[in-house]
Amino acid sequence: MVTLTLEHAYEVVAAVLDPEVPVLTIADLGVLRDVAFDDDGAVEVTITPTYSGCPAMDAIRTDIGRALTDGGFPAFRVRTVLSPAWTTDWMSDEGKRKLLAYGIAPPTRRTPEGGPVAVGLSVRCPQCGSPDTRETSRFGSTACKALWVCTSCKEPFDSFKAI
Amino acid sequence: MALGNIGLDLLGQARSLLSYAAEREDVGRTEDDLAFLRDERAFVNVQMVEHPNDDFAVTMARQLLFSTYQLGLYDRLQTSADETLAGVAAKAVKEVDYHRDHATKWVLRLGDGTEESHRRMQNGLDRMWPFVDELFAGDDLERALAGDGVAVDSAALRPEWDAYVDGVLSEATLERPTASWTGSGGRRGVHTEAFGYLLAEMQHLHRSHPGASW
Ligand SMILES: [Zn+2]
Repeated sequence: MVTLTLEHAYEVVAAVLDPEVPVLTIADLGVLRDVAFDDDGAVEVTITPTYSGCPAMDAIRTDIGRALTDGGFPAFRVRTVLSPAWTTDWMSDEGKRKLLAYGIAPPTRRTPEGGPVAVGLSVRCPQCGSPDTRETSRFGSTACKALWVCTSCKEPFDSFKAI
Repeated sequence: MALGNIGLDLLGQARSLLSYAAEREDVGRTEDDLAFLRDERAFVNVQMVEHPNDDFAVTMARQLLFSTYQLGLYDRLQTSADETLAGVAAKAVKEVDYHRDHATKWVLRLGDGTEESHRRMQNGLDRMWPFVDELFAGDDLERALAGDGVAVDSAALRPEWDAYVDGVLSEATLERPTASWTGSGGRRGVHTEAFGYLLAEMQHLHRSHPGASW
């Protein structure tokens, strides 16, 4: 029998996948901000959207509810907060590895510790690893991605925008 | 694809703002009631955003002029005394920055492109220019809220807006238009002809099937 600990609730919620990039969990993505028990013993999950209009948020809320119900937590609440604003810096290293393996160039780090904001860092091709790439469209299939193409192997690819 | 993504960002920002407005109003209305059940005169948006996406250069002119205004506004609202507004702004500022960058690149490309693209880009600017002044025309309520550190005095955004837009126009070899007339009244509920069509499309489903959800 599984005991209904906070740790278990966190594991259940953290494993929920992002419906748009289904190799990333919401924990990898940095969308999951907190899991706690409220005074009545219900699980309170706090999430933050990647973009203001991210259409995946509704699906994520539903999936969190289903995961908690299946995991034996019938009482829960999903809270959405905007502040502090989500940044790709919250994506885990594990998440970045998964993205790359999936064929999407991971976001570059926006704010290196103690250094100036990095701009214009080259995006490496997720297929051949070449830094010789160029952007073909500032906007891609979802709000979080842009379209790039590799000049070395000629493959087009999605790149996760650093924000 | 870009306009679809930009539209999604703006929709998300609008939802955050309308939800908060409904909460503050506290008379039992929701964000959906405010979006789908208000009549034309109850909307208080600037007229520039009512213009349909027709000629691409006109759309890019609108995007450049409007996103530059939005960027200045959200940048300052990040430090609003109202925590919710500050939160919405901190999120929106990153999105709008990207929108402006997109519009800037297109205005440069079209303005400093072929004779035909230059002509159409200049035409786009000429058509949008009459709606510029309204962006910076605040009212007493806005000034009072700005005094409390909650809102931003629109007039204060103008110098920075002028500097940025003038820079882009000059690099794009375009001329800054002079408007022969000026649109006004959007924030008092007076709208252009295009707005009725927009509202009809947006509200039709909700009004035909009250309470519909999916
Ligand atoms: Zn390659």
